[in-house]
Amino acid sequence: MNRVINHPDLVVEDMLKGIVAAHPELQATPDNPRVIKRSCAPVAGKVGIVTGGGSGHEPAFLGYVGENLVDAVAVGEIFSSPTAKSFFDAMKAADGGQGVACLYGNYAGDNMNVKMAIKMAERAGMTVRTVVANDDVPSAPKGDEAKRRGVAGEILMWKTAGACAALGGSLDEVIAVAQKTIDRTRSIGIGLSSCVIPAAGKANFHIEDGKMEVGIGHHGEPGTNVADTVSAEQMAKIMVGTVLPDLPFGRGDRVAVLISGLGATPLMEQYILYSGVEKALSEAGVTVAVPLVGNFFTSLEMMGVTLSVLQLDEELEKLITHPCASIGFNRK
Amino acid sequence: MNQGIDLKSSGAIVLALIDIINENRAYLSEIDGAIGDGDHGINMSKGFSQCREALLAKAELPGLAEALDTLAMTLLEGIGGSMGPLYGSFFMGLSEALAGHAQLDAALFGKALAQGVEAVESVGNAKVGDKTLMDTLIPARDAYQAAIAGGADFPAAIAAMLEAAEAGWRSTKDLQARIGRAARLGERSIGVLDAGATSCFLLLQGLGKGVVSRLA
Repeated sequence: MNRVINHPDLVVEDMLKGIVAAHPELQATPDNPRVIKRSCAPVAGKVGIVTGGGSGHEPAFLGYVGENLVDAVAVGEIFSSPTAKSFFDAMKAADGGQGVACLYGNYAGDNMNVKMAIKMAERAGMTVRTVVANDDVPSAPKGDEAKRRGVAGEILMWKTAGACAALGGSLDEVIAVAQKTIDRTRSIGIGLSSCVIPAAGKANFHIEDGKMEVGIGHHGEPGTNVADTVSAEQMAKIMVGTVLPDLPFGRGDRVAVLISGLGATPLMEQYILYSGVEKALSEAGVTVAVPLVGNFFTSLEMMGVTLSVLQLDEELEKLITHPCASIGFNRK
Repeated sequence: MNQGIDLKSSGAIVLALIDIINENRAYLSEIDGAIGDGDHGINMSKGFSQCREALLAKAELPGLAEALDTLAMTLLEGIGGSMGPLYGSFFMGLSEALAGHAQLDAALFGKALAQGVEAVESVGNAKVGDKTLMDTLIPARDAYQAAIAGGADFPAAIAAMLEAAEAGWRSTKDLQARIGRAARLGERSIGVLDAGATSCFLLLQGLGKGVVSRLA
């Protein structure tokens, strides 16, 4: 496979060099190159927002470090959780004295490393609380929500919690906003092709030409079914039809909609999908108050799309439309 | 029954564990490549090698408890994913049980093993049968304790532990992965050994051999 890299084993290191060179508002922490923080972090008197996860999902996770968003992020190898030490160092880098909210996705490795990091943080006298995103509907049945994976809905959680912290929210308030956001968010992905981890050199899994995997995860975790590909309008109906009844969303709801490409699906196709999603939502009596379309949370060069829908209330709509600035998410 | 080894002069057991992982780097990655992402040997070797550097940087080789603590911390700092916290917790559990003791005897070994397993269980959710390192670890602990309860001496109990560890490791070949990345493959994960269970057997074997050779 043709790639723009120097060495397959060093893609994360080399990417981080480019990130900090291109973005003076971001920097690696002095003692841990695998932690990227806002250059101004920690912000005294503000609750620190931390996340982290494997690489290969860019602009997630480091692309959401920024103004009124995340303060520091722990960076892992491709599709592999950051170390406990990196999560701990990110917590330290974000701690402005009002506690730290660690907002991450529900994966075995991340759960373990965050748990160990919190032990380290407690030993250092810090207060850290967590919210674990579990917005991916197809990854476990209703009633078993705690087993669901966290996917692009994490971005919405960082957005509202980051705004809440920036507006002076306490740790309790920030955690409550993050939890409320993820509790009211539902997501689904459709995969059309696989991806190759550079160091592994071969496809992580396989999707036949002409097939789509409905409910696929961000690392190629199995979906609920493999079917013949259908039109974007049909995909939109499948996706909206999965997320709406799960919460459930109802007539009169105002929502934020986030459509993300998985890496190799053109923006053109993402907008074709959005048109179908907007139509399907409107037919269900749901109003899109905040539309977001783009490569927000990718899986290397996988082809496919994800849909996340957040049921807004007055508080969440105010927080999600609050200004922010970062590589992945900008709002005036 | 009062046999034991001097802990202070046994830090080299950890160096032996590092050698075992480095010698099996390619083998572990190859097993992992069949149903995982093929990086188990690389990651483990990276973490264990960092531990060797940390140990050799000290003025003198520390005792077994401190060397195990160094191993635990370098794994927690050096390798992420699931293996960093799982093995980091295991070795930290062992180290904490040994700390403050001069001699490692059969009873203390049993306590350390139990504490190590408990530490792994506190971070992970896997159970026997899920095709993970727990398939090696749990039977090993149980067999050791059963042997001691049945009146076995220290070397015999370690032999029982290793026999159960090996059987548990080999059992992963016929299991379907229910946790971790290999779970994606469903039935296709059957027929291949689990990489974590394999490294776990190799490490327990190294630990057991290191202790028994010092008892002689």
